[in-house]
Amino acid sequence: MTQRIESSGYLLSSVLSPEQELIDIRISNGVIAEIASAGSLTPGASVTIESAGMQLLPGLVDLHTHLREPGREDAETIRTGSAAAALGGFTAVHAMANTDPVADTAGVVEQVVRLGREAGYCDVYAVGAVTQGLEGLALAELGAMAHSMAQVRVFSDDGKCVSDSLVMRRALEYVKQFDGVIAQHAQDPRLTEMAQMNEGIISAKLGLTGWPAVAEEAIIARDVLLAEHVGARLHICHVSTSGSVEIIRWAKARGINVTAEVTPHHLLLTDSLAETYNPIYKVNPPLRTNEDVLALRTALADGTIDIVATDHAPHPRESKECEWSEAANGMLGLENALSVIQESMIENGLSNWKTIAERMSYAPARIGRVDASSGHGQIIKVGVPANVILIDTKIRRKVSEMKSASKSSNNPYIDRTLPGQVLYTFLRGEMIVANGELVRPL
Amino acid sequence: MSDVVTPVLKRHLLSIDDLTREQAILILDTADELARISDAPIKKLPTLRGRTVVNLFYEDSTRTRISFEAAAKRLSADVINFSAKGSSVSKGESLKDTALTLQAMGADAVILRHSASGAAHRLAEWTKGSVINAGDGTHEHPTQALLDAFTIRKHLNKNPEQNGGVGADLTGVNVAIVGDILHSRVARSNVLLLSRLGAKVTLVAPPTLLPVGVSDWPVSISYDFNNAIGECDVVMMLRLQLERMKSAFFPSAREYSRLFGLDMERLAKGKKSPLILHPGPINRGLEISAECADSADSLILEQVTNGVSIRMAVLYLLLGGADA
Amino acid sequence: MKAVLSSADISRAITRISHEIIEKNRGSEDIVLLGIPTRGIHLAERIGSEIGVIVGQSIPVGTLDITLHRDDLRSKPPRALTPTKIPSGGIDGKRIVLVDDVLYSGRTIRAALDALGEIGRPALVQLAVLVDRGHRELPIRADYVGKNLPTSHEEIVKVSIHEVDGEDQVQIAGSHE
Ligand SMILES: [Zn+2]
Repeated sequence: MTQRIESSGYLLSSVLSPEQELIDIRISNGVIAEIASAGSLTPGASVTIESAGMQLLPGLVDLHTHLREPGREDAETIRTGSAAAALGGFTAVHAMANTDPVADTAGVVEQVVRLGREAGYCDVYAVGAVTQGLEGLALAELGAMAHSMAQVRVFSDDGKCVSDSLVMRRALEYVKQFDGVIAQHAQDPRLTEMAQMNEGIISAKLGLTGWPAVAEEAIIARDVLLAEHVGARLHICHVSTSGSVEIIRWAKARGINVTAEVTPHHLLLTDSLAETYNPIYKVNPPLRTNEDVLALRTALADGTIDIVATDHAPHPRESKECEWSEAANGMLGLENALSVIQESMIENGLSNWKTIAERMSYAPARIGRVDASSGHGQIIKVGVPANVILIDTKIRRKVSEMKSASKSSNNPYIDRTLPGQVLYTFLRGEMIVANGELVRPL
Repeated sequence: MSDVVTPVLKRHLLSIDDLTREQAILILDTADELARISDAPIKKLPTLRGRTVVNLFYEDSTRTRISFEAAAKRLSADVINFSAKGSSVSKGESLKDTALTLQAMGADAVILRHSASGAAHRLAEWTKGSVINAGDGTHEHPTQALLDAFTIRKHLNKNPEQNGGVGADLTGVNVAIVGDILHSRVARSNVLLLSRLGAKVTLVAPPTLLPVGVSDWPVSISYDFNNAIGECDVVMMLRLQLERMKSAFFPSAREYSRLFGLDMERLAKGKKSPLILHPGPINRGLEISAECADSADSLILEQVTNGVSIRMAVLYLLLGGADA
Repeated sequence: MKAVLSSADISRAITRISHEIIEKNRGSEDIVLLGIPTRGIHLAERIGSEIGVIVGQSIPVGTLDITLHRDDLRSKPPRALTPTKIPSGGIDGKRIVLVDDVLYSGRTIRAALDALGEIGRPALVQLAVLVDRGHRELPIRADYVGKNLPTSHEEIVKVSIHEVDGEDQVQIAGSHE
């Protein structure tokens, strides 16, 4: 990976560690060079960052991002998407496989990783497709992708569910040989034909075809049992219902090797937003009820849900400026993820920054089997690669469409006031974001 | 001079939810007055002269389009029919672009029929004129509900001293809405309007054709038509789309008809010889037998006539005043 | 606010108009009174009953809503319609007397004539008003006038009728009030 090492380094003075201790920290030669109590480090040759009182976190790792390249470069490119990631405090993202062509061969996954390196805003890991062409029928060349330069460990047909029980079983078994994981987009296809939004009181009123919670829960229940049976690792993408949480809690108690993610939007937004008929709120799985939101928050706080993953899903304007049923599913997530987490998990006292570091950095890096040399998902200590971010948690700001690196504008938080902003992102010691702006503009 | 300023309607009529009880009664009363005038030999009023009304129909519905067109023309509005089928719209022009085009043409109102739920809401965001929802997907069809309420009110207040029920609501009236509630925009609008006007609404359908969220609606549910018809003042039959059969909503047309169709035998179980409504077009022999559709209690043709009066009232109340 | 017609003045004006109507039409045969909402309705009813007393038999009185024919609809939010009630004999071949409270620009009466045209073809149409304040914008005049009241454009003429306002009187107010 390219490293532009600042010989003089940076001094982050009086920042709050994830454990809420006030510390000074020096970044030099790409690694954390020194950590000491606040006020004890002198600048020397380092550039001092005006950072008093800012929250220090390890660089965030997103296990679920749609960067749209190759194929839909009008919506996002690896360059713009990884820049958006850096602005959101991510130093690593996993690019989902539902591109065009599908990332189901070593060639495509290597191209994704290479384009990420060339952009240099954050590390881009490729997710490989489980089945050829995401068709759910025949396994893709999982081994070839695992052994390629891209070193794929996460496999997913995301966007589609691996709905055939036998194919799912085989996939779970097969990736054991390289310690891979199947990340399931849990959606029973028959139960969600033409589905437009959460099935419930609001869908009944709006006359939009329902996406019932059971369509997610039934697949999760089946898959945890399959994972148990074959002794494999299973990851559940974007858990959205309280019922799913209960099943995962049960599976974990039983010792099944399952992990789960929740998106920022499922922690904040509810299906009542569909009453606007504005498809900016159309996403898959759909926004659920307030009861579901509360269950997801609790589950993320107590670890039943292991990680936050953005499911950043850019779409061109015309895919959202239309009738709800015609519109594409998905919303932007990278740039505002941490603010949404602060709003939904920190401000209300449900969780704390130490836990968020686990949910948004350590755990996703672990599940993705990100190699240690990258420095992702590691506890901030002397000698590790300096992937760290600084957040001004005091700020409250109105989200604006203008201030985005993404090529798309399907941001459901526009005009909403959210707390916190990532002001600095360091990738192995290189300052990628300073004062909330890209150091190297797009 | 008449200076009675009305409870002003919102700019658009997208859903019955846009109407308070008072506003709904105002529309019915206005329609009542307009119906009287329309009975006169000269059927054109100058009221909306210079206003442009666009019929934007993405679905074929000749009867609704003609009804709106007649209403607009009787009020002297200029009517542009923009049948979206086979025009630029079906060739990929987006609803937004069409909206902007209509605005450039100076449309004061757009009457939209569209297969997507919420299409009228979207259109309203993109156009300055009033948007009238003439049926959006499986969401709502507000003017149909208004004409149904109007028809019911008129018939239940037939004595001369009741004056067609002007000023009155529907308190105490028992209405059964029967059939495919899940996919029916007519049902959704009627549930909201009839209950807002004080009627007691019972939905009669197989459980597969009721939405999961129906528990939140101000209605009772019955799976037994024979039982439900007993206390009904009004039976509103919904049109059944035969393609629902393919999606396993019910086993066969024959079974549906036997359990949820209206025939003379079932009608006789009604203690109050209920009025029969149907939004049309009718599947004779499926949801309603020919004898019932043509019986003396059937108001199906009258619904068509009343549709014009209701649409005149809505157009007048939305467009008859100053630009908002 | 200055009172220009008292309750007694109004009663006298109505009595006088009633007599003039009978005189001018040589009796009450075929006369139909149509009041223009809101206050014209009640004035028409009063004139109708006075004539009834004078000639010894009741004459038909109805109301004529002109809202849909107004040319100033776009100046205000939509107005509710008042029922038009045409007496059972209809208006074809009848001698129609329109009754309104104030005659001003004449536009209301123009609208009333249009509204009448929707309903039928009277033998003739006459106009009775309680107050004529001048400033005509159309070639329209009243056949029966309770009181001619020269005013300026800025002044406001306020007619109160017992059935609507709880008292009978006509007041005039300057624009500065
Ligand atoms: Zn997904």
